[in-house]
Amino acid sequence: MAPILEIRDLRKVYDGGFEALRGVTLDVEEGEILALLGPNGAGKTTLISTVCGITRPSGGAVRVGGHDIGTSFRAARSLIGLVPQDIALEPFEKVWNSVRFSRGLFGKARDDARIEDILRKLSLWDKRDAQIKELSGGMKRRVLIAKALAHDPRLLFLDEPTAGVDVELRKDMWDIVAELKASGVTIILTTHYIEEAEAIADRVGVINGGALMLVEKKARLMARMGQKQIELQLADRPDTLPEALAHHRLEPGPTPDTLIYTYDTKAERTGIRTLLNDLDAAGLVLRDVQTRQSSLEDIFVDLVKGPQP
Amino acid sequence: MNWTAIAAIYRFEMARFFRTLMQSFLSPVLSTSLYFVVFGAAIGSRIDEVEGVSYGAFIVPGLIMLSVMTQAISNASFGIYFPKFIGTVYELLSAPINFLEITLGYVGAAATKALFIGVVILGTSSLFVDLIIAHPGAMLAFLVLTCLSFALLGFIIGIWASNFEQLQLVPMMVITPLVFLGGSFYSISMLPPFWQNVTLFNPVVYLISGFRWSFFGMADVPVGMSLLAIGGFTLGCVAVIAWIFKTGWRIRS
Repeated sequence: MAPILEIRDLRKVYDGGFEALRGVTLDVEEGEILALLGPNGAGKTTLISTVCGITRPSGGAVRVGGHDIGTSFRAARSLIGLVPQDIALEPFEKVWNSVRFSRGLFGKARDDARIEDILRKLSLWDKRDAQIKELSGGMKRRVLIAKALAHDPRLLFLDEPTAGVDVELRKDMWDIVAELKASGVTIILTTHYIEEAEAIADRVGVINGGALMLVEKKARLMARMGQKQIELQLADRPDTLPEALAHHRLEPGPTPDTLIYTYDTKAERTGIRTLLNDLDAAGLVLRDVQTRQSSLEDIFVDLVKGPQP
Repeated sequence: MNWTAIAAIYRFEMARFFRTLMQSFLSPVLSTSLYFVVFGAAIGSRIDEVEGVSYGAFIVPGLIMLSVMTQAISNASFGIYFPKFIGTVYELLSAPINFLEITLGYVGAAATKALFIGVVILGTSSLFVDLIIAHPGAMLAFLVLTCLSFALLGFIIGIWASNFEQLQLVPMMVITPLVFLGGSFYSISMLPPFWQNVTLFNPVVYLISGFRWSFFGMADVPVGMSLLAIGGFTLGCVAVIAWIFKTGWRIRS
């Protein structure tokens, strides 16, 4: 099956000369959740805005469901729902009317049952007759999602859905994303919270300086890039390590009686067994052993710290 | 054409109007009554007739035009400026609609509101003076065209404006003087010859003159010229909007 979103060498240079996108190429398969990770100003929002038609591309091509966003913009945009980063809503309008407006704007015939369904799923049904200005920040975000879903999009963009949102609401948002995925919607979300990508994404893309630095399955990314550490707690750590242990590159741990051994899960030999043997030979007694996998955050920091494209 | 989308924008904009219906209705009634008290009773009693029409009746077309033009501009400019200001414009730009459809929705709603106010003023006026409308069809045509063309102008202003001051600037600095000096409250023939000629450069003169002709059958300039002026003005606004949409000026980065 063709990808629902195909981005080819997408470029964007703003009028001031700022190069926000430097040839981004990306395919997104139907039904997956892709998290675009990157620091502020990396080009995440520009990428979304360009696909959605808010920003004009300077070069490259984008196809949504096989439709070019320039030449068949109607067909392409009909498939897309966008939840923007900032809460932008007409304050005096009622929730119901606002969501109905969005459906109409996308050329879909009025369908009150469908809108009721969406509002109920987002726990907005009780607020349907409330003016938007009366709602809390979290409820407003839900209205934005309801508006984006009003025309039954197949591809949903969530631009930093949990920026400035408290922990509880963030959890709520993740649940909503999981439900949407279950209903078959493809989701692309941007975030600079690594834990968010780690919690809900199938694939993770890292964008920095307007270039996509990598896109990979989350699990594989962590396995490929991940380093593991063993924390060894000793019954009695000597002041100087025995000669026999020098080549193991042990580092002192967080407490005086611990040592850290770092190894690469990709490597053919992890060296764990020889280490344990050598410890034993040196007469050091182990009290406890712990292993730690490096998080996506460590991987991410490694990537964006590297040379800029 | 995405008619559903046009209807959605139109309905959404009209909802704003209906939320403040009393205000929308009362303010033209009040201002018209004030004009009649000041110009009709206080000053008008010293000017009996202008070319055979009582002064009170004579100013009615000008009054309607004054309100219709300013209302059409302010409604349309606010209508498109507000989404830009609060950020909801993203929804318009990402929807499967083109600029023509966006314009039809906003301008249609703004013109409707202005037309409503024009009709309210006409009704209020008829309480103060005896009105005869010689050419009702032409009257309606002039009224509708004025609502539309000035709503188009307002739409352009709303897209151009980058703050609320600019939104007020053009209506206040350009339109109000042009309307006041365009023969709303006097006949051009009452001016000295030199100023009569100067006045002919004011496009609003042609609109008011044509509109007044549809009431009383008399005009400062030939009716054909008036039609030409309003037609040309409408086309000019359409051309500017077409250019805006083509380039994405001030809308799409």
